[in-house]
Amino acid sequence: MIFDPNVILKHLPEIISGTGVTLALWIAGMLLGILIGFVVATLRRYGGRLLDVPLGLAVEVLRGTPFLIQIFLVYYGGPFIGISLDPIPCGLLGLSIYAAAYYSEIFRAGYASVPHGHVEAGECLGLTRFQIIRRILLPEMALIVLPPSVNLAVILLKESAVLSIITVPELTTTVSAIGSQEYAFLEAIFLLAIIYWVIVEAAARLGRLAETRLSTFRFAAS
Amino acid sequence: MTLPAISVRSLVKRFGTTTVLQEIDLDVPEGKVSCLIGPSGSGKSTLLRCLAFLEEASEGMITVNGEALGFFENAKGERERLPAGQIRAVRAQIGMVFQQFNLWPHMTALGNVSEALKTVHKVPKAEAEERAMVQLAKVGLANRAGHYPSQLSGGQQQRVAIARALALSPKIMLFDEPTSALDPELTGEVLNVMRELAAEGMTMVVVSHEIGFAATVGHQISFLDQGRLLFTGPPSEIFAKPRHLRLEQFLDTYLDRGASMLA
Repeated sequence: MIFDPNVILKHLPEIISGTGVTLALWIAGMLLGILIGFVVATLRRYGGRLLDVPLGLAVEVLRGTPFLIQIFLVYYGGPFIGISLDPIPCGLLGLSIYAAAYYSEIFRAGYASVPHGHVEAGECLGLTRFQIIRRILLPEMALIVLPPSVNLAVILLKESAVLSIITVPELTTTVSAIGSQEYAFLEAIFLLAIIYWVIVEAAARLGRLAETRLSTFRFAAS
Repeated sequence: MTLPAISVRSLVKRFGTTTVLQEIDLDVPEGKVSCLIGPSGSGKSTLLRCLAFLEEASEGMITVNGEALGFFENAKGERERLPAGQIRAVRAQIGMVFQQFNLWPHMTALGNVSEALKTVHKVPKAEAEERAMVQLAKVGLANRAGHYPSQLSGGQQQRVAIARALALSPKIMLFDEPTSALDPELTGEVLNVMRELAAEGMTMVVVSHEIGFAATVGHQISFLDQGRLLFTGPPSEIFAKPRHLRLEQFLDTYLDRGASMLA
């Protein structure tokens, strides 16, 4: 079997479109996941047991079951409870919720990393809870939550390949189809690996850059 | 006789089933320095934290310049919680200084001192920083305004923390073991700032192991042991002729450690 780059060149437009869908879903899912995850962590921290217990349970279930099964359930099970979603919105929803569960745990650890005295100092000076979160807790936890957040982003990108099973026209779906169509499975799989790896590498570099910039905030010491 | 700056009545504080403060009655006179002394675990820090409303008393009342702090007694004589805004308003009269400084590490000294002016009092940035600089100058750190807490010594950090509390012009300053986390060499600079404050007539409540400071700067000394306030009086009475056995034992441990010149 000879590796034939012409297969790739021939289908370049589809590959680019598939990569675009993957990137878009990944970034949107990640941002939504960060947002929801932060809200969940905050509600669990300040909302009392009434919110903490059910949200904690939801997070455990989402973290304890495979993404493949979650996405299956939403896509094929959704219509039974009246939620019929097209592949792309369904994929985005699934990815966001899955990401939110993990991000909420990262933020929970972030909250816990800030010494309580820093919060008390804010309370004594009359800052409201919201001001304390925005001005003290979030900036202080930033350096703590950044490395696991980048790590999770990388995992999410790779998990997004699972969305191919609900026919989201993303990278894995597109390239596998080309592989079957052209009987060029090796080329297809090889290309897939390369593209994912390049995106992961770029994301990791961005993350490291952000980390260096944040740590020049000079507050790592105290 | 003027109204006390802070008045504590029948205060009880429990953590779970442990009672850490029992039936505390205390008047903090205005414009004077009140010191809380006592062995570790006597409840002095907890009492101070109740005054700052960082801990909520389980029973009893605290009034600050005549206004109820946190809880009030309604017409039926029941203890009722005040609304959050009201609590913040009363707390605004009080400045707090912590043992661990609790400066915000991501802000410069100037940022720490001007933060509450900007976010709570909505003072424009330039004016807030100007006012913050006045406070930093007062604690002798105007030239460190741009430094982050990690770039300052412990004594400097604590002075910034004092400036941060002073920036909001509190009527009362609470100090929770302000020098206990410092090298002995650095305690002096913090105590000097506190002496100056006292000389200006600031109402202060100080929890401290610095018996020397209490004896020389304090106007009123309260001795706590095992959650009870055993004795309140002027330093001359407390230190010169400690009539209470437990107080005498407590002071002896200090004399042993070279503070005998105070006796």
